[in-house]
Amino acid sequence: MTRRRVPEWFVLLLPAIIVIAAVVLIPLIFSLYSSFTPYKLTRPSTLWKWVGFFNYEKILTDAKFWAAFGRTVLFLTIVLNLELLLGLGIALMMNKVTWGQRTLRTILMFPMMFSPILVGFQFKFIFNDNIGLVNNVLQSVGFQNASLPWLVDGNLAMFSIMFAEIWMSTSVFAILILAGLFAMPRDPLEAAKVDGCTAWQTFRHITLPFLMPFIFIAMTIRSLDVARAYDIVQIMTGGGPARRTELLWTLMSRTGYVDARMGLANAMGYVSILLSILFTIYFFRKLSAARAELGMAG
Amino acid sequence: MTEVTLSNVVKKYGKHQAVHGIDLGIHDGEFVVLVGPSGCGKSTTLRMIAGLEDISGGEIAIGGRVVNDLPPRERNISMVFQNYALYPHMTVRENLGFSLKIAKRPEDEIAKSVTEAAGILGLDELMERKPAELSGGQRQRVAMGRAIVRHPDVFLFDEPLSNLDAKLRTQMRVEIKKLHQKVGNTIIYVTHDQVEAMTLADRIVLMRDGHIVQVGTPLELFNTPVDTFVATFIGSPPMNLVDGEVSGGTLWLQGGIELPVPSSARSLVRNGQKVRFGFRADNLMPVGHSVEEEGEIAELDLTVTLTEPLGTETLLFAELGGLEVQAKMFNPRPVAPGEAMKFRLMLDKTHIFDAASAKAIRG
Ligand SMILES: Nc1ncnc2c1ncn2[C@@H]1O[C@H](COP(=O)(O)OP(=O)(O)OP(=O)(O)O)[C@@H](O)[C@H]1O
Ligand SMILES: [Mg+2]
Repeated sequence: MTRRRVPEWFVLLLPAIIVIAAVVLIPLIFSLYSSFTPYKLTRPSTLWKWVGFFNYEKILTDAKFWAAFGRTVLFLTIVLNLELLLGLGIALMMNKVTWGQRTLRTILMFPMMFSPILVGFQFKFIFNDNIGLVNNVLQSVGFQNASLPWLVDGNLAMFSIMFAEIWMSTSVFAILILAGLFAMPRDPLEAAKVDGCTAWQTFRHITLPFLMPFIFIAMTIRSLDVARAYDIVQIMTGGGPARRTELLWTLMSRTGYVDARMGLANAMGYVSILLSILFTIYFFRKLSAARAELGMAG
Repeated sequence: MTEVTLSNVVKKYGKHQAVHGIDLGIHDGEFVVLVGPSGCGKSTTLRMIAGLEDISGGEIAIGGRVVNDLPPRERNISMVFQNYALYPHMTVRENLGFSLKIAKRPEDEIAKSVTEAAGILGLDELMERKPAELSGGQRQRVAMGRAIVRHPDVFLFDEPLSNLDAKLRTQMRVEIKKLHQKVGNTIIYVTHDQVEAMTLADRIVLMRDGHIVQVGTPLELFNTPVDTFVATFIGSPPMNLVDGEVSGGTLWLQGGIELPVPSSARSLVRNGQKVRFGFRADNLMPVGHSVEEEGEIAELDLTVTLTEPLGTETLLFAELGGLEVQAKMFNPRPVAPGEAMKFRLMLDKTHIFDAASAKAIRG
């Protein structure tokens, strides 16, 4: 009797394979497939109608989509750069602190511990034009008629969302850069001092090149994160007013769930993933270059 | 003219005092080596001179100018670090030229200085490489090159050779000495290796526990150590030390060995004084295998326990009053452990230290 036995490793991995298939693979394939159909949640039968690249063609000529796309890129650019600057500044200051640094580090992580939804509500309240904290403070320090429509005016609303996003996630940069500073060898810094560098020159010529790999890692992580920004925007403005804070993912959820055009929404998803992939490739290139610059492998 | 003067320099790390009021005058163009066991405060002293460490008390002057409160870049010094401290993201050329670039010197002048330094240190082939692509010895040379391009007033070296293998270390030692002869700057060099100190220094500063124990030329420290610490630190193998007691003109060593008190010390010792008797291996030689025949000599019968042939000479370990002492045999012949030999001890080259204070008893 020879019965082929399933190899042990396969049996052991089976639960994991099943779970991954169920939660990742199947939805992935399903969504990719549905992006080639006019699938509407309200009419399940549409799932079986193959329309080829129709959804994708539609997206390419859709002004609303490209507006959201452009806005997302802008959002990404501004948020990442500001987070980098702030995070770098915070990390440099923290690195100088000798007393109570542990506590400070923990406090620094607080914003990351909140759910984005909560952060959204928190800032929705802070920026509320009637009862919001910001307007109240402005009024109490003398700007009597300051009742800025933080979440209603298009530009201000964008600003408010960016503010919330930055508040929540600057610590990612700060922590990663701080890790870089901790790992930084002291000798080259001292050599630079002896070589005649001022504090700024030391930072510019020695510290910063050393931190670049850490910065690019943070950039990669955050670009993926920000590119799918959804919760904060949804809570604070819902993509409004008049779609002026519409980002890719709020547009997608509106298309998929409000307009019920799931096929189209999924197609948008795949196009926007391209954006993420491009950013990732870009930052990984930079990362490798920065590491090569420091003489590290690959 | 660049003298470096330390007056009563103190360094405290919190409550712990690392350097206890050091006084030291270094002449222009002098090669001074700070040497001492690990943790004695050599690096701390050097780093205070460099300006990398605050001075807790006293005064440091470079070229007559008090530098206590000047940052490193205003002291016109160069430093070579133990771990080389090269800039990892710059090529050798950029590493060498960095200080000049920071000083905003013109491009052609930078290129000229860099090429010159590269020539002196034989780095021409390596100019476009990054530090990660260099061997230890090459990195060491780059670190030195980086120090010399600036033509500083003073060079500071902190154990620059300790990461190299023995052969390379000997080679670099020669190069450093040549470099000093070529550029003639004041050099302050830290090491814990007494051989490096002996071979390089114009003057050695021997430190222990944050104090200076003795300052002098290598030969002064070798021939007239002020105490047993210097005697055992300088010279290889370390000086033999045997406990004893003076009685009349006789020195009773441990194990009941009897020697005449060397004539130079006779008037300086008291009857009944407990002493430590010191002599170097070079001054204890088997009869027929010695290099010196003149002078005050005592003869000892000792049993050899171990031999270490070194080629032109053999190091003999022999038993003296229950203690192992080292002797040297010149024009060596094979010696079997356990062999009893007659030794000649050059009495006028020996040292007597007070047992209580460990200080040398010398006229
Ligand atoms: N940053 C510091 N904080 C506290 N104590 C220190 C610090 N740096 C050095 N010390 C102490 O000061 C003393 C002298 O240190 P130093 O580095 O000068 O020794 P060293 O002579 O250079 O020794 P080595 O040969 O091991 O390099 C040591 O006891 C050391 O523990
Ligand atoms: Mg040291």
